[in-house]
Amino acid sequence: MSITMDAATPTAAELEAKAQALKTSYKRKVYFWRTTILVLILGSWELAARTEVIDPFRYAMPSTIWGRLYEWTTEGTSEGSLWYNLWVTMEESLLGFFSGSAIGVLAGIALGRNQLAADVFALYIKLINSIPRVVLAPIFTVIFGLGLASKVALSFIMVFFVVFANAFQGVREADKAMIANARILGASDWQLTKAVIVPSAMSWIFASLHVSFGFAIIGAIVGEFVGARNGIGVLISVAKGTFDSAGMFAAILIVMVVALAAEYIMTALENRFAKWKPQAAMDNQ
Amino acid sequence: MTDTPAIELRNVTRQFLSPDGRSLVALRDFNMTVAKGEFAAVVGPTGCGKSTTLNLVTGLFKPSAGEVRVMGGPVTGIDKRIGFVFQTDALFPWRNVIDNVVAGPLFRGTPKAQAYAEGREWLARVGLSKFETLLPHQLSGGMRKRVALAQTFINKPEILLMDEPFSALDVQTRSIMHTELLKLWSENRASVVFVTHDLEEAIALADKVYVLTAGPATVKSVYEVKLPRPRNVADIRYDKDFIAISKRIWEDLKSEVQVAQSRQEKVA
Repeated sequence: MSITMDAATPTAAELEAKAQALKTSYKRKVYFWRTTILVLILGSWELAARTEVIDPFRYAMPSTIWGRLYEWTTEGTSEGSLWYNLWVTMEESLLGFFSGSAIGVLAGIALGRNQLAADVFALYIKLINSIPRVVLAPIFTVIFGLGLASKVALSFIMVFFVVFANAFQGVREADKAMIANARILGASDWQLTKAVIVPSAMSWIFASLHVSFGFAIIGAIVGEFVGARNGIGVLISVAKGTFDSAGMFAAILIVMVVALAAEYIMTALENRFAKWKPQAAMDNQ
Repeated sequence: MTDTPAIELRNVTRQFLSPDGRSLVALRDFNMTVAKGEFAAVVGPTGCGKSTTLNLVTGLFKPSAGEVRVMGGPVTGIDKRIGFVFQTDALFPWRNVIDNVVAGPLFRGTPKAQAYAEGREWLARVGLSKFETLLPHQLSGGMRKRVALAQTFINKPEILLMDEPFSALDVQTRSIMHTELLKLWSENRASVVFVTHDLEEAIALADKVYVLTAGPATVKSVYEVKLPRPRNVADIRYDKDFIAISKRIWEDLKSEVQVAQSRQEKVA
């Protein structure tokens, strides 16, 4: 029996066009619902506050928050220019993030490759890790003062443990056959680390970097709450002192945008590094 | 001395500790001799300790008793003359085909240009020249095995250890890979230990077949396979001599497989 192409059998081009159309319409649906939900939430918030169902003084409302943001960007805040305050927080977060993740990765790989060191340090790492990081803020302020250093220290400690734990696990999960293969092919310890261990731990490390920039910002802002001259944390703190709810929400919104931008950059970087990974095939049905 | 065997295991016992602290015996009083240029196959029931023999030769495991000698000398660490093809995919997934193939020479300090030139040569030999820049996940299972073969052969191993290398491939691809392997091997004539649970594969490829007992493994019997080379692996299984020897070895192996089977059932 031969198979004939009749009208009911679509050609490859038709199939592809159909799949493309389905994909576009699905995407449109997703965007539609996303927008709708956002508008609904903001709209009902605004409405509830305006009709005083909720207290507009304590809950603020989208329009006043927007107003505060506008005011901050055009006229500056009580603590000086918004950009300067944002820069202070960013500087603290970035320094904490980069130092914390770099040292976290190094420590994770070093301990992951050395059983004895791992067993010895496991106790101390568990001990320090059991401390809720934010309680260190007052101590860091006492030790490092009100300036940059105390916030970077807190950011660092928030980031370090997450990245360390993942790098360590990533090293441990490296495929045994692949390691044996590299060894027999002639890799030295250092070559093995460079060519096999680090690349295979990379996906674990990236997973931790995604969350840890958020942690770095938490560290910086909590540090600013405890004591600082400038920064987004200070803006929130001052807004709290003057019962300025709109100011607090405005500051939160700024942090949100920054964190999202960082996440976007991280994903782009990760995609570039993880090109070798298989992509799941599309199921068009 | 020209008649020094390439690999010698003398009365080797290998014990190891299970996670709950009990001592398990993988090999007991194990004797095996592989001459230079000889192709030896090791068959035995699943889980009997076949792979342990290979790890003893690489130096990844140390014998609990007895002696392992490679090229007449004791095994100290990983020997540069040894090549190993794994059962699982041991290619580096983040490196493309050519970068995988040149890994060995680069680890061993060959200049880059020379390593890549050799790499291209080996890729041509396994028929993958066109796929140089593809990543392992873009290749079929058979192609990945070819890359693994090129990756191993480029180091010009004098001893080639293979741990069920083709067990994950479908039957047709496997038979193609057998031909490929014998072709590559006939060019460099390494001493081979090929571990498999597939008796036909063992006979089709090897000069000598070791039948192991159910674990703890020891050599039950050794068979010489006197089929002429070069062999046509695809057709050899219908050869009258092949069938005869295959029947004889299977009689021997069958009882061990049954022992292993009944033990597994007891555990389950």
